[in-house]
Amino acid sequence: MSALLKHKGLELSEPMVFGLSGAICFAYLPFLKMGNMPLVSYRMFPGHIVKNFPKRLGVEYFRKTYKDPDLAMAELDEFVANRRLVGLQTSAYFTTYFPPEMRFQFNAHNIIIIGKAGDEYLVSDPVFDHIERIKAADLKKARFARGLSAPNGLVHYPLKSPPGIDLKKLIRKSIKKTVHMMLYAPVPWIGIKGINHLSRHIVKLTRKQKPKYTRHFLGNIVRMQEEIGTGGGGFRFMYAAFLQEAHDTLDLPILKEASDRMTAVGDQWRMFALECAKIVKSKESRVNLPEIAQLLRRCGDSEKQIYRILKTVK
Amino acid sequence: MKVKEVPQDDIKTFKGFGTKAMYAVDENGQYTRIPTSGWEMEEVVLRDVVDDFAKLAEEAKSRVINGETSPIEFYMNKYFMDLPALAAGMGLAKWRVKRHFSPNVFKKLNEKMLQRYADFFNIELARLKQIEETI
Repeated sequence: MSALLKHKGLELSEPMVFGLSGAICFAYLPFLKMGNMPLVSYRMFPGHIVKNFPKRLGVEYFRKTYKDPDLAMAELDEFVANRRLVGLQTSAYFTTYFPPEMRFQFNAHNIIIIGKAGDEYLVSDPVFDHIERIKAADLKKARFARGLSAPNGLVHYPLKSPPGIDLKKLIRKSIKKTVHMMLYAPVPWIGIKGINHLSRHIVKLTRKQKPKYTRHFLGNIVRMQEEIGTGGGGFRFMYAAFLQEAHDTLDLPILKEASDRMTAVGDQWRMFALECAKIVKSKESRVNLPEIAQLLRRCGDSEKQIYRILKTVK
Repeated sequence: MKVKEVPQDDIKTFKGFGTKAMYAVDENGQYTRIPTSGWEMEEVVLRDVVDDFAKLAEEAKSRVINGETSPIEFYMNKYFMDLPALAAGMGLAKWRVKRHFSPNVFKKLNEKMLQRYADFFNIELARLKQIEETI
């Protein structure tokens, strides 16, 4: 998204886009299973930014989904021929430049097509820091994968950026929204409540489940935190980077403090991941789950304090 | 996380696939984007899942050879899927995919359906049909 807007002359860094769209989150959805594991997410669903950010910014934006894969590919070629950068929603299962072990069924992967060379498209992928290539046939499959949140060939790009944006106002508004969601979500699965909910569930694992399930459960949390996201620490570092930029823009001392604390929380999440991974690695059946749950709860407590601080940003 | 704390463990999964980006604080306290070759802990949890699927695929393979299941189950496990994931990806009901696991039903599947499976697994149609010789 950052790259797409830059192409239209609007310079916003990746953390800035992430922060402004209020994409940081915590969700533990025990009733939504992926690969027999409950869904744990550290961010809003990936489509969230594409959907809401242009609106919040007042950017005119083009979004289109297709029923006919051939038409979708033909139009993509047209965009490429016109030297237009476009964003696509794809499935990670068919993205051939991923390591095979990472090609899980995940339909909401967002990439940017920057050109075409022969039969291969040039892709800027947020996971990698250099340009990737993908064959047209594979890309077609990836754009029309089926299942949960199927991409339906979604293509999107900004049409026109507004003459000037009020960054200060946008930052305040987005922080307010994030604080509200993390502290006062009306359901027990989202925000700080979600973290505590998950930590309670971890304690219960001891009595109920086989060691293998416990291992997979903890492994699943770590994977969602470190592998899926950009920047590590379940996007906490990226949000800290946003808060730092926000501080540079608004010059509010508390934002500096919030940023520093958010960095510390990111480290705390990494510590938690480390302990979980140790359990997975040791393959021992007797593990101290209350201690793990306690670590998780502390992450939640530290984060709660940050949002309390951010709440005073009006 | 400080820049010098960013793990560079050179993990197996990312070998030959480049580096990922990470946000970390430099000496001046400023956030920067720096490349990482992976964290060992990431690898540990990923291997745990991958090994589990590999084991399932191995079991399915021997059952295919004994005529107890169809190659579809083998390829499902090989590409890290469970039944709901395969059914969703194929756009079929779970019970239908499960039915296709039966060798007798698999033998009678029409070319069109087999081709759909082959496309989904990204393999040649012949390989899907003659599993004993190819794996």
